[in-house]
This record gives sequence, structure tokens and C-alpha cells, in this order.
Amino acid sequence: MRISYAWLRDYLKLDLPADELAEKIERTAVEVDGVIRPSEGLKKVVVGHVLECVPHPNSDHLHICQVDVGEADPIQIVCGAPNVAAGQMVIVALPNSWIGGHTKIKRSKMRGEVSNGMLCALDELGFDEKLVPKEVADGIFILPADATPGEPVFSYLGMDDEIIDMSVTPNRGDMLSMNGTAHELAAIYDQTPTMPKVDLTEDAADLADDDLNITVQADEQAVPQYKMRLIKHVTIKPSPLWLQIRIWNAGMRPINNVVDATNYILMQYGQPLHAFDFDQLDAGQVNVRFAKAGEQLTTLDGEERDLLATDLVICSNDKPICLAGTMGGLATEVTDQTTSIALESAIFDAVKIRKTAHNHNLHSEASMRYERGIDHGATEKALDAAAAMIAKLGNGTVTSGVVVGRDEDVKPVEVAITLTRINHVLGTDLSLDTVSDLFKRLDFPTTVTDDTFNVTVPSRRWDIHIPADLIEEVARLYGYDNLPSTLPTGQPTIGKLNETQQAIRDARKLMESAGLTQAISYSLTTDSKARAFALHASDVTTLDFPMSSERTTLRLSLIAGLLDDLAYNNARKEQDVALYEQGRVFFSQPEQVRPKEVEHLAGAITGSMVKTAWDTAATPVDFYQIKGIVAGYLKSLALVDPISYVATTAHAEMHPGRTADIYVGDQLVGFVGQIHPTTAKAYKIRETYAFELDLAALIALPKARQQYQPISKFPSITRDVAMLIDDTVTNADIVALIHDKGGAHLQDVHLFDLYNGKHVPEGKKSLAYTLTYQDQAATLVDEDVTKAFDKVLSALTEDLGAEIR
Amino acid sequence: MSLQDRLTELRDQGLADIKSADVLKKVNQVKVDLLGKKGPITEVLHGMRDLTPEERPKVGAYANEVRDKLQAAIDHRRDELEQAAVNKQLVAETLDVTLPGRQVPQGQPHVITQIITELEDLFIGMGYQIVDGDEVEEDYYNFERLNLPKDHPARDMQDTFYITKDVLLRTQTSADQPRSLENHDFSKGPLKVLSPGRVYRRDTDDATHSHQFHQIEGLVVDKHITMADLKGTLTLVANELFGDQFEVRLRPSYFPFTEPSVEADVTCFNCNGKGCAICKQTGWIEVLGAGMVHPHVLEMSGIDPEVYGGFAFGLGPDRFAMLKYGVDDIRNFYLNDVRFLSQFYKKG
Repeated sequence: MRISYAWLRDYLKLDLPADELAEKIERTAVEVDGVIRPSEGLKKVVVGHVLECVPHPNSDHLHICQVDVGEADPIQIVCGAPNVAAGQMVIVALPNSWIGGHTKIKRSKMRGEVSNGMLCALDELGFDEKLVPKEVADGIFILPADATPGEPVFSYLGMDDEIIDMSVTPNRGDMLSMNGTAHELAAIYDQTPTMPKVDLTEDAADLADDDLNITVQADEQAVPQYKMRLIKHVTIKPSPLWLQIRIWNAGMRPINNVVDATNYILMQYGQPLHAFDFDQLDAGQVNVRFAKAGEQLTTLDGEERDLLATDLVICSNDKPICLAGTMGGLATEVTDQTTSIALESAIFDAVKIRKTAHNHNLHSEASMRYERGIDHGATEKALDAAAAMIAKLGNGTVTSGVVVGRDEDVKPVEVAITLTRINHVLGTDLSLDTVSDLFKRLDFPTTVTDDTFNVTVPSRRWDIHIPADLIEEVARLYGYDNLPSTLPTGQPTIGKLNETQQAIRDARKLMESAGLTQAISYSLTTDSKARAFALHASDVTTLDFPMSSERTTLRLSLIAGLLDDLAYNNARKEQDVALYEQGRVFFSQPEQVRPKEVEHLAGAITGSMVKTAWDTAATPVDFYQIKGIVAGYLKSLALVDPISYVATTAHAEMHPGRTADIYVGDQLVGFVGQIHPTTAKAYKIRETYAFELDLAALIALPKARQQYQPISKFPSITRDVAMLIDDTVTNADIVALIHDKGGAHLQDVHLFDLYNGKHVPEGKKSLAYTLTYQDQAATLVDEDVTKAFDKVLSALTEDLGAEIR
Repeated sequence: MSLQDRLTELRDQGLADIKSADVLKKVNQVKVDLLGKKGPITEVLHGMRDLTPEERPKVGAYANEVRDKLQAAIDHRRDELEQAAVNKQLVAETLDVTLPGRQVPQGQPHVITQIITELEDLFIGMGYQIVDGDEVEEDYYNFERLNLPKDHPARDMQDTFYITKDVLLRTQTSADQPRSLENHDFSKGPLKVLSPGRVYRRDTDDATHSHQFHQIEGLVVDKHITMADLKGTLTLVANELFGDQFEVRLRPSYFPFTEPSVEADVTCFNCNGKGCAICKQTGWIEVLGAGMVHPHVLEMSGIDPEVYGGFAFGLGPDRFAMLKYGVDDIRNFYLNDVRFLSQFYKKG
């Protein structure tokens, strides 16, 4: 809502700078987007009197004008506007002036003739084209004949005004009007506003009822009020300049005296009005109902619209002529030929209008106000004011009486609140008098009994109906700046992360110290990416009405998003990337409306984690690097059940020979491996290794109780074994066997060498382990260790076919 | 030549030899030559047999003095030479200490996580619990229980991704409010929770819009919670994030689930309130929305608004990060360009 400061002064005595006023509005009522000064940046633009206007000898459309700009001699200006003529008062941009769009006007020559400036149209002064009246859109603007040559032009066009652009919140629909804003500012500045008076003269001999007949078929909730007046003998013409100024400064385009009058009253009262060409109505018959499927209406913008059963329509003899509260119909539009006006002032249900505006994508000044509510007490006042204005501007007569299709009994709302309650909620110590004064400033009639205020809220503040609403009025008028600043007291509470939250933070820290940087990717992705890398088979959760095909489905894994991130980096020549993500995946649940949201942890690495440096060669990442990161994290969890890595070919997007499922005991908790080269190619990434862990499952698994292990006082003995063994035998097989046969004192088995290069027969590999033996209670005897070790050696040979070297 | 003179001669010669010995080996040789069992001093001592009993102790004492002196000179010279050798080695071992250290791979938290963690810690310190709500929520909790019935105009402010007619991606972490309210046992004390998390809006991604972003919602409900408490809490948040040199102002706003509703602005940290491009010349930056919990919201959760009341506030870590670090494109937070991520090094 754009509020003209000049217009505000009709209501209130205000002389503070507009910026201060704006700041006050912002701190007390609604947000202000800014103060608009239409003349800002314009310079040396003055009134000119065209003394002489002759055709340019070298042009078929230019004119050479001698223009009095208040100086001793007239100046010559060449003008191309078709409507320029001698005798006119015009807008002159003098040499070295600044006009709209930061344009500087200089003295120039046009086809051999000197031009000392320019005659201007409104859009050249920076007017939005949508606000320029259509009749002056194609030429220069003609100022009133009494304008004084040489004076700055701004005051003649309302451009010296300051316009406060308010962003009105949905609850403060009352401030979508000059009257409402004036009431608000009157409360803020403790003034009594001068409200507009309606000076309506009716033609007692001509009864509106005789010509106009209204039936409202729609229910009372949909249409609580519907009233009309009939104005006859109206001459349609452009509005006087003062009215046009108010209309364009409010951000609307002046159309003609009737439409402008309805828009003016709309701005003033916040009551949408609609003017019908009475003669286009069928025998003066008007009915209001819901549209029927299949009905059509051509609206003012020329669009033929298919009406919906939820649309309220105004009909004439049951034929739709207007989309209620949203937009009028073309057939009953006020035109230059119109002489009689059927003027509507009504209230329509907010929800119905909202639906219609939404369904037809028609958002108008009227629909916006209906959606936010209307003062039920001002419908008739606005109707009278508009009728009087139309009659005055169009030299018409208002017929006698209001034709009422529907009316309601509007009662003010009574709200009671105690002073104790106000101070209790605000944390203040306001006195009875202070609060009484605030209600008085709001012009809310109030009686006080003991501690209780009985407040009568006028219909113009329909947003207020419960005590909390009154507390807000008190708080904002008293001033939020004046509230004390404290912290909640009362029973102390313990703040701490729960186990899961702490475990998630720990996981993040560990990933970071392992060299992975946290990524946050999109949860929504394509259908195929959402399904990729899923740890468990699941259906996906899909948006009903996505914005783009890239974001349709909730992810089942984090890896897919990380691969997108890697691709983004790779495409920007960042080849070494190590990322992890901690977030939710969404497994759909049969018979459940919502998916199961599971916390996951995933990582993806590509390139090298350590770059080539003066002392280090870059080592490309590989399976064992990512497995080391996963193993380090799992170790930190101190899980009770053993962790195992089982080779798997089950994940279509993973390398079938380089991927392991990760189990804790019997439970699958994730997988780790290389991204399948084909998948990598599809994602446009290089060789990449990744893991996905079900973090929620890991957090829930039993953890080992931390217990101190005494450190043996007795020395340990080690034995190394090197063997040649079949490629198909895994490290896990060997380690398991060694542990199985190792005896009571075997403490550790450590793989220290793996070789399958030269001198190793085809199909074989060479492995070497260190076995550590230690006794907690005594010094080990060499022979005992040898005995135990020999058992291991023979088991390796016999059970696994190892050739001990 | 008397024995004394001979000793003096040996001493002077010995000291000169020690001084001129330039390697350890030579020092050792001097020691063997002078003080050895067959050395000249021993020889002198053997000559004492010929002395009178009166002279013997004198010469003996003098001989010991000479020997001690020579021994001390040898020890000293040896130390000197050893030290010199060590010094020489140290010089040879000198490194260019400005060469970079060996890399240890080190990752870091996302900037959004940094901000969330910072605020979580602030509020945990004030006795708040952290609550993680679901990202897929029912329309009922996301809107209706927050006093936003279907067809409420304020729903326009939050264009929504629906999954079904009744299920959606939460548009606000406020969706956790009703669940927190209905799950809380007020006999155990006040409700004080902070809910950080991802939210979604049906927006086309551009520099200032993202269909996915984050919010942090705070909620306190007890028998006596005041708007002054809200003001104090919001001031604390603003100070934590931007520093305590800035002013905080509250101004009226509208959220269906709070009444009164306010928005909090903080003095523009960039221009200190003078007006600049970041604050759109206003001198203020809008940082969060808040208010006193609407009585209807309490009632719908079965809490008597006559007895209990509270405040709620919500803020956007993405927006904070953009303001605080001058990030000009919100998409940067979700594209995970390592050159972007690595710029924010703080606590996680």
C-alpha cells in the first residue's frame, strides 16, 4: 500500500520528515519498504508556455516551438510529439537538466535547428508506463492553463509528494486504506484525525428501487453484504488532475472519472467498489450466486474465463457479468457512452475470493483486500461517498436510496482484559492510566472496573477479538523499545544434547579429523538418483507437484548427492575432493503416510587426500583409504558385536569386485567401495570411493562398557610368518584361522606385507603377519610360544593350503 | 735443573700442547704423553727419592698441582672441541623452517552447521533441549496446529511442496512446536526447546531463493514467560552472532502462531547503521521473527493459555551466513564447491 504523505495531511497535522514517519510506522505498525520521492534525481524540469509552434522545415513530424520558460526571452525547442500546439502549458526539460532514468538533457541540434531542451511526456519523468493515463500516453503532457512558466513542474504533477510504501501484513488489512492508516497514525501521535465527510444529495423523485432489483442467492457466509446505488445522467471523461495525481501516486492508472472515483474511495475506505454500466444490465436485474460448471465470462482484461463452481459471480438475469470481488466483466464495463452507473459495494468471503483469485490467477487491489478482510461497518459509507463523488465528477444525479441485496447487523467486539494480565505477559509494570491512555489513543471506547478494561473494538479493527490482540496493541503503542530486557526465570532446566545428537556431532568431528569436509546436498533429487545407492530396498517419496524434473523425489542415500557435489567440483578443475554428509534419507513405509526418516552418514573421496608437495608424492585415493576412514569411525563407537566386511556384488552402482557390505554382528549397517566406473561416467566424475552408513542403526547398537585392562608386566614375544597362498583365500580367512589356532596367549595378528608381483606364481599371493604373544600372569617361555606358533603354521598349511616361507 | 723447575717446564709445555691440539685425538695424545704412567710427570715423581724429607712434600704438592692443572686444561679443551663438533653438526643440520609442514588431511564443518552449532551451544547453556523434528510433516502440524487453517492468506507466504493432500515437506521448523507442546510434561518444569533443521519451500532456485534451506526455532513455555524475556533472549542471539556492539530493535509483525508478533532487526554491521547496500539503506538488518505463543496454539495442544504462556522465535542460518560473510548466492551452500566450503573455519 502506497500512502501519500500529502493525502495523509488531510487527516492529521504531521510535519516530521517522511523518513521519520516511515521509521515510526515500521516500529509501531507495519513494515515499510521505503519512501518514494517521485521527483528524486530530476533537475531543471519546469513549466513552459508554448508561444509559437511551427512545422520543422526538414521534417514531416517535428515542430519548432518557442517556449516561455519564465526567462526574459523564450527558448527554442524542437518537439516530435504529435499533440504539441501553441498555447499549451508543457513540461520543459531545460538544457543540462536531469529527467527520468538518470538521463541528462543537453542543448542540441535537430535537423539543423537548435533545440534548447525537451518537451516531456510523463514516462520521461520516470512515471511507470502502467500508471500513465492512456489518453496522454502517446504525447507530451499538458499542464493546467494556470501553471506559471519557469516554476518547477513537480508540484503540478504531485511529484513533490513523498510516498510511504508499506508492506501490510495479512492481519492488518485495515491499513490498506487511507482511513485505516490515519486512525493508526492518530493513535501513534495521539491526534484526532479529520475523517472525510460524505456530502451526498439524492434525487428524491427517482427511487433506485424502481430501476434496480437485487437477489442474493449465495449464502450469508459467502456474501454477508451486497448493496448498490444507481447514479444517472453521468458524463464519462478524464478525472481532474488532483484526482489523477492521487490515483497515480497510489500506484494505479487513471482511467476515467467513474473508475477513478471508485478507486479513490477504495484507497480511502479500503472498500472495493464496482461500477457497472447500468444500461448493459438486463432490465436492472442483478443476482449473486456461485457459478455453474461450464459457464463462461469475459473479464475486463479481455480474457474469456471458464468459471468454476467455487467462483462467486454477479449476474444480470442469471447471466454472469462480473467475477465477484476479483474482476468485472467486459460486457458491463463503463465506457465513454455510459450514462447510468450501478455501483456495487459488497462484502465477499475471504476464502472464496482467495480461491477465485488463485484459480484464475487474478490478483487485484480488490481481491487482495477481500482476502485480508474488510470493515463490515463501512460498506455503505464507502458506497455513499463514491456515489457522491461520481455524481459530482460526472455531473450526474444519485437516485434515492440504497438497493440492498443483503445486509447484516454489525456489532462491535467486546474484549475484556486485566492490567495484571497485560503486565504479566509483557513483563512490564504499566499503570492503569498508561494503558487507559493507549486505548483512548486507539479510539477504542473503554470502561475500567477495578483491574479490568472492557474494551469495545470498532469494526474497523476486525483483527482484534481476543485479549492477546489487545496486549499486542498495548505493546506496540507503548513501544517495544521501552520493554525491559530479561531472560526467563522459573524452575531451572538441564540443557544437553541427547545421546543421538551427541553421537551425530561426534561422527561429524571424526569425519573432519579424518580429512573429510562436510557437505550439505539437496534432499530432493531425480527419481533415479533418489533410488541409487539405497542400503535397503524401498519405494521412494515423490512430490505431488514438483517445480522441476531435477527435484522430484526424496533421497534414499546420501552418496548420490555427494557424487553430484564431486561432479560440480571436477567440472571446475577441483580434482581432489573429500566430502562427507550427515543427513536424513527417506525410506517409504507401507501403510504409512509419511516415510521413515533415517539419519545416515556417507563419504566420497576422489583424487588424492594429500596433494603432491616438496616432500610427499600424492597418493591417489583407493579402497583401503576409504575403508580406513570407515574402520576408524566404527572403532570409535566401541561396538560390542564384531564388525565384518563382506565382499558384495549386490549394489548395482558399486564396483562388483571392490565393494564390501559392513556388518555389525548379523546386522547390515552400510557398505564401502568404489563407485562403479559406469556410474562414475554417468555422474561425470573420476575414480571415486564412497561409503554409506546407517548412522541411526549404529547409534542404537550396544556399546562396550569402557573398562580398564591392566597392562601386562611381562614381556611379549613376537613371531613372524610369511606364506604363499591362493589368491582366493582372504585376509579375513587367514586372520580368523590364526586366532582360532593361536592359543591362549595370542594377543594380536598384524599383517605387515602383501606381495603378488614378480616371483609370485600366477594365482598366488605372498602374505606376512606378525603374531604377538603375551601372558598377563607370567613371563612366557620360548618353547611354549614355539609350540603354539607351530600349531598355527600347520593349520595354515593343512586348512588353507599355505606354503610357509 | 731442580724438580720444581722441571715441573714448571712440563706444565708450560703441556699447556701449550693442549692449547694447540685441534682435534680430540691430539688432546688424548697429550694426556697420554704427559700424564701417562710412563710420562714425564711420573718420571719426576720417581726422582723424588733423591730429595730430602723436607723437600719431598713440597715437590709432591707442586707435582699434584701441575698434574691437576694439566688435567683441567685437557678436560676444558676436550669440552671445547666436543662443543665445536656439535655446533658444526647443528649447522650442517639446519633446515629451512619456512618450508611447509607435512600435510595431514583435515576436513571442516559446513558453515551452516557452524552457525547451528554455535546457537545450539548458546541455548544448551541456558537449559534448552535440542529437538529434531521430521522433515516430512503433516499439513495438520505444519499449518493447522499453528493457527493456519486451509485457505489462510498467510499460507501464501510459504509456497509448499506437497506429497499428498495432507503430507508435505515442512515449510518451517515451527512445525515442531505443536509436537513439543503436546509431548511435554509440565509437571517436570518448563518447556525450553530449540529445533534446528532443514525446511523446504516451493521456490525456484536463484541467488536469493532456495527450495531447501535451514531454520532454527526456539520455544519456551512456562507459567510466567514475558515479552521482556523474549526481548532479552533475542538480544542475546543477535549479540552471539553479530557481536554485542550492535543495537537490536523489535517491530510489529505477523505470524499466525504468535500474538503479539515481532520481527527483530539488528544494526547493520556493515555500515554501523548509516545505511548501505546490504541493509538497503535502512541501517537495520532483519534477523529473526518471534512472538508470544498464540493462545489458540496452546489450546490446540491441550495447554491452558490462562495458566501457561511462552514465546517462540525463528531464524534462518542460511540468511545469517549470507549476511555475516557477505555470501551473495544462497546456492553456494548446497553446491559444495570445496573452494567455498574451505573458507569458513570456525568451531563446529
